[in-house]
Amino acid sequence: MIDPAQRWGQALLALKLLALEPRLGGIVVRARAGPVRDRWLDALARLSMPARKVPLNISDDQLFGGLDLAATLTAGREVRSKGLLENASLLIVPMAERMEPGLAARLGQALDDGNQCLIALDEGAEESEGLPQALRDRLAFHIDLDEIACGDAVTGFGTLPEPEIVSSFETDIRAIAELAQSLGVRSTRATIHCLWAARAHAALHRRRSVRPEDIEAAAILALAPRATRIPEPLSEDNSAPEETQETDTQDADEGARLEIPKELLLDAVRAVLPTDILAQVAARRARKGAKGLGAGSKRVSNRRGRPLPSRAGRLDTKARLDLVATLRAAAPWQRIRKELVDRSRPVEIRGSDIRLKRFEEKSDRLLVFAVDASGSAALARLAEAKGAIELLLAEAYARRDHVALVSFRGAQAEVLLPPTRSLVQTKRRLAALPGGGGTPLAAGIEAATLIALQGKARGMTPTLVLLTDGRANVALDGEADRKRAAADASHMARAALAQGIEGLVIDVGKRPERALRTLAETMDATYVPMPRANAEKLSAAVTGALD
Amino acid sequence: MTAFPFSAIVGQDDMKRAMVLTAVDPSIGGVLVFGDRGTGKSTAVRGLAALLPPIMAVPGCPVNSPTYAECPQWADVDEAEPFAVPTPVVDLPLGVTEDRVTGALDIEKALTQGEKAFQAGLLARANRGYLYIDEVNLLEDHIVDLLLDVAQTGENVVEREGMSIRHPARFVLVGSGNPEEGELRPQLLDRFGLSVDVQSPKDIGTRVEVIRRRDDFERNPAAFLHAWELEDSDTRDQIISARELLPQVITPPAVLERCAALCLALGSDGLRGELTLLKAGRALAAFEGRKKMTEAHVAEVATSALRHRLRRDPLDEAGSGTRVNRVVEEVLGA
Repeated sequence: MIDPAQRWGQALLALKLLALEPRLGGIVVRARAGPVRDRWLDALARLSMPARKVPLNISDDQLFGGLDLAATLTAGREVRSKGLLENASLLIVPMAERMEPGLAARLGQALDDGNQCLIALDEGAEESEGLPQALRDRLAFHIDLDEIACGDAVTGFGTLPEPEIVSSFETDIRAIAELAQSLGVRSTRATIHCLWAARAHAALHRRRSVRPEDIEAAAILALAPRATRIPEPLSEDNSAPEETQETDTQDADEGARLEIPKELLLDAVRAVLPTDILAQVAARRARKGAKGLGAGSKRVSNRRGRPLPSRAGRLDTKARLDLVATLRAAAPWQRIRKELVDRSRPVEIRGSDIRLKRFEEKSDRLLVFAVDASGSAALARLAEAKGAIELLLAEAYARRDHVALVSFRGAQAEVLLPPTRSLVQTKRRLAALPGGGGTPLAAGIEAATLIALQGKARGMTPTLVLLTDGRANVALDGEADRKRAAADASHMARAALAQGIEGLVIDVGKRPERALRTLAETMDATYVPMPRANAEKLSAAVTGALD
Repeated sequence: MTAFPFSAIVGQDDMKRAMVLTAVDPSIGGVLVFGDRGTGKSTAVRGLAALLPPIMAVPGCPVNSPTYAECPQWADVDEAEPFAVPTPVVDLPLGVTEDRVTGALDIEKALTQGEKAFQAGLLARANRGYLYIDEVNLLEDHIVDLLLDVAQTGENVVEREGMSIRHPARFVLVGSGNPEEGELRPQLLDRFGLSVDVQSPKDIGTRVEVIRRRDDFERNPAAFLHAWELEDSDTRDQIISARELLPQVITPPAVLERCAALCLALGSDGLRGELTLLKAGRALAAFEGRKKMTEAHVAEVATSALRHRLRRDPLDEAGSGTRVNRVVEEVLGA
């Protein structure tokens, strides 16, 4: 890691490079509102482009231009509003972590067209919050101001040189491509950004051609935040230098070029990589999962769902007018307004009176219970598990959640109940659940995952609740083999994670089982040991973990 | 903003071929491009727009009708000779409203002139062309349903706000997305004729080439376009001659049988698989200037025509492309 003052320097550098090369798209700034961010934003004023703020609830009319309904109504003739994207500008999006994919797609398209630059102020608190990937990929630099103290942010913006044409060579491109490869950066957009950033960096130092230090600075800003792996110290280096030399001889006539020491570049980038890079990759994946179809258990909508209080706003094609509320808002002013304008109109309504309808949409939750009914779990725990599920069912009924039930014992898993809301049916099946036999944990997870996926496809938000003692001893193909059973189980857990299914693992064994804790970690699920589980405790644990 | 030339896209041959095939025979029914970010999905679609041969359309007609007689009445088009216009490629942004897609009451006219008029939507504009949906897997369900319906019937019917309007809406759907962010419903998957997977180039040489070309393009678009103009127009000519040749391409019964055997072995749902396989194979034959479709053509398009029609196994990490390849080898390799 590098010290805060250096980070501040890089944050400013990103801004300077963007000023010199607007095609870099923009910057994602992860920071809470505060003096450091304010100081950074002050520097934006030094850029030549006019800055415009984009609120997240911006309508298409405001973005692309359209009929100004309120103005048209008052003026009695057509009034058009100008769209924000019509002029080249620097767009600033506060609270970008809450941006919807729709707006991200539109802004992404605007960036592709090349007139705009975008600064996304990502104020996300959790790792799983963040800017939609589609837009994130189009912004060259990702910087983090959170760990910079006010005292570290002292250096000013300085002055920018006149933009100049900087030349770069094949070897530079190759060095960047190799670096991207070894960092596991998949997007080719990032590598192109890196090249442009390197050129801008050279221009910043008034050089006419790109030097290794330019590439280094660019890679730290543009490639490092996208790294998906920590590069190994190059072991198969034997082949690589040969190649570089080959190209070097080819380029010899382009002028005596310095060979770019790849090791040095890598070292430089590795120094800024956060140590918890893998955790961050996992969080990024979690974020992706959260943005899928039917995700998000609650959201405010203007079309369907449970009505919420209406709100003042602009009328556009998306919104629905709440007529009664609008009239109510206009009512107190009628007398004054009628005195001001002609009295012929029955009601005087102004733009500020307009109230829009809002609704809260909720996607249904699906609880998939996978219950271990094997001999080892059955003895004492099965009855308790049943009791807990019944308690949960009562709660699920009150919340209109869907419930599905899978049991696994002997050689395979069995779907006792496909997703349903019927309480009676679930209880009946549950009561009849027999116990005994081996523990085919993998099969149980598989069956539950499949149900969860089906539920997801139907727009529900599935949660997998696994009740087991974790002593897997039957493999996926039904054979009794402890080792393979464990391997299969963790394989299935990974598959469930890959599908982005939330999970909760409840250990119902007499003593907490370490293997099960590991499995829960593989699934990225909450682990609740219940050595002395009784139904109430279990139910409390589940509701606690779910809410 | 000029588009990056289609021919200058490095690699991604599957994607480029699939798009060209739908240009030869639009009835193949669209392309689905799934893959990583920054692999040139959007670039290819925008490049395709410049590559496609122009169509004849009556100026001012909202649905790009080829003759004046076919212009819809509600559009109130002035009589004029059809004019060569670029094939429409319409972007459907995420979060688009239903009104924008299907068209709706023209509020502007209603308010300012007190007239009840229809404002055509994106479906009208995409008629006889391409409808491009980026991040198709994140599209809202009710819009997806609507698109399915129109794509199937080729006609957009609007019954709302006291209007009753129908207009032709025949378009090639091109969707792109990143499967890690959400799956597409099987019903919509099935509507796409071809499906391709794109991946970031893995070797340094290709990556270098990608960056170099993109950089050249950004530095001097005019010169870059000029350098690639010839190749783009070659492809365009090839598409035009393939369209003429297409009705003459014959399919030997043995090849048909192989198509059926292939779909049977894969257990794909419904018969759309066979039909697409046949059409795509035929389009490929025509594109290559052949008058006879062979097994080699089938083998070449099989993966993209069938990959998305298999019953999905969510726990299969290798992906269905590998499964199709294996079966193609078994059935056709013998």
